[in-house]
Amino acid sequence: MTSLATLLEQQTVIVCVGAGGVGKTTTAAALALEAARRGRRVCVVTIDPARRLSDAMGFDPDRAIGNEPQQIDVAATGELWAVMLDTSTTFDALIRTYAPSEEQAQNILTNDFFRNIADSMSGAHEYMAMEKLYELHNDERFDLVVVDTPPTSNAIDFLEAPDRITRFLDHRLYKVLVTPTGGLARVVNFAAQGFLRTVARIVSASVVDDAIEFFATFDGMEEGFRGRAVAVHDLLIAEDTAFVLVTVPRNDTVDDAAAFIETLATADIAVDAIVVNRVHPSFGSERLDGLADGPLAPFITVLHDSQTVAVGQDTVLATLTNELPAGAVVKIPFLDTDVHDLEGLASLAQWLTPEGTP
Amino acid sequence: MDPARFFAASRVLIVAGKGGVGKSTMSAALARTAARAGMSTMLVRLTPGGPISRLFAAPELTGLEQTLHAGGGPSGDADVRGRLVTPDEALAEYLADHGLARITRRLMSTGAIDVVTTAAPGIRDLLVLGRVKAFEASRTADLIVLDAPAAGHAVSFLQSPTGLRGAVGAGPIATQADDVLEMLADPERCRVMLVTLAEETPVNEVIETAFALEEEIGVALGPVIVNGLVPVPEGLADDFDARIAASTAKISATEIANLRDAAAFRLQWAARQNEQVTRLSQSLPLAQLHTPYVFTTEPGPPELETLSNALSIGIDALSEDDA
Repeated sequence: MTSLATLLEQQTVIVCVGAGGVGKTTTAAALALEAARRGRRVCVVTIDPARRLSDAMGFDPDRAIGNEPQQIDVAATGELWAVMLDTSTTFDALIRTYAPSEEQAQNILTNDFFRNIADSMSGAHEYMAMEKLYELHNDERFDLVVVDTPPTSNAIDFLEAPDRITRFLDHRLYKVLVTPTGGLARVVNFAAQGFLRTVARIVSASVVDDAIEFFATFDGMEEGFRGRAVAVHDLLIAEDTAFVLVTVPRNDTVDDAAAFIETLATADIAVDAIVVNRVHPSFGSERLDGLADGPLAPFITVLHDSQTVAVGQDTVLATLTNELPAGAVVKIPFLDTDVHDLEGLASLAQWLTPEGTP
Repeated sequence: MDPARFFAASRVLIVAGKGGVGKSTMSAALARTAARAGMSTMLVRLTPGGPISRLFAAPELTGLEQTLHAGGGPSGDADVRGRLVTPDEALAEYLADHGLARITRRLMSTGAIDVVTTAAPGIRDLLVLGRVKAFEASRTADLIVLDAPAAGHAVSFLQSPTGLRGAVGAGPIATQADDVLEMLADPERCRVMLVTLAEETPVNEVIETAFALEEEIGVALGPVIVNGLVPVPEGLADDFDARIAASTAKISATEIANLRDAAAFRLQWAARQNEQVTRLSQSLPLAQLHTPYVFTTEPGPPELETLSNALSIGIDALSEDDA
């Protein structure tokens, strides 16, 4: 039976997934800290952490430039490192890796169309989070990488984004424009040119020129990118990679989480553990309805409210957690999870592995 | 302030907040509150799913307008209608309107459309706002409530016309951006209401978002909704042992302990929320509307009425300056 503690001791990659606002970033940081306390050399990749969390972890925003891991000063037998993902810088580094010359790299990096891709294309965050994960996984300073995924509406964006963006970079629109063609392809070519003319009319010709120039400059680099996307994908589905789903016990969030699990399953990925944040405490199940009018009335009301929430959340969670072994579902009590400092992170880590740190 | 006047102050309310704070629920509650004040209201959502259909006990929202809550009757309620406007559809429709109807579908499926959205980032967001502006202009309802993307995205969502305006020069998109900017800058046409929980991180984020919206977009901000405030029934802070002594009921030691613990938890919870409410009012010079925590995991129409009542009461208590 795999408990969360076992995952922290044995896996080489842990991916935290879940909807926005469920405490995913904090949970990723706490998992990383706990693994470090178990003697591992851990790097956590966080995305847009709340200011207090990054302060708590001792991130120096000025030092964070360059997208390099910083070691966090913690009491642990292992090591804790952290990196705040900078999508743009990570993408630039990838271009430099695969550009045949520095000149070609520069041409791409200064192209407006490329800047749009790196800064704001949908999926770029997910792609670069996975890219960073791959890079750190192959960095011998670390034996575990914990990665937070961006809040996303599409469950497996992080899995699909590398491939989708790679395909986009290798877009045939450019090819049909520059390749002499005949027959059926000629029709496509004609349509594509008409399309671009219309787009130019709508948004402006210079925007379209930037796009064409980008595709022309990028030509030839797609092989390297495609190979890399395949390697990233293989890492995500590897045995040593674990997925931890983070959720809260609210029905709409749990519905999202269930859909998430289903979508991951279609990609042959199983969720190995679930962390449920903000779990309300239970104060017994006895209904004291007969006392509702006496001097205890306000107390009875409050007890009944608590019972309603406790029973409701158990029902909601049951559908999600029934498939997993008991040790793989961890419930974090409400009110104990507002993490402001490393100490708070450490106490959260203790909840994650109730059996204690060896 | 009378709710009818509050909701008549601008024709579009954009509701924004961090994930998990109840932004969609509050969009629904605001729409219902406006309808109770006699204003016909249209609720617009950008992504499928979410709590809105459950709250109104209505079918899921689609691209076709539907009635979520029928008005009429002695109460003088107006209708709440609802629909989806997805960014992809908005773009497809726009391209179809501009002479690409025949090949739009294929362009979508081959990903060529990504070239457009990458060349002009924010174009989808702009087109969604353009649709909202068109609803506003056609007076399809007295009030339009837009359930906006989650907080961080709310800023970039509303920045899309400014960003594009610089990039595209003259042309139909530029015109569209100008029209939307005009709407956003006019407090009589459009206001943003932010939603938060009384917790550390959501409060920090709502403060940041409020300042970003004001400084970078210049859109008018309505009161902040602080959602999920836990009630403290009268007498809960009294001496529990005295109450136990006064009670003649047969009650076991375990039950006494449970009652005591549940009360202590509630008081601690409320105290923490109070700290955050105070911090929010010190850091953000906006009036607050408070809505209660609902003790159910499956909110439906009764909870929608509870939340709507709370909003009405809060709006009644606002001064002219607050709104």
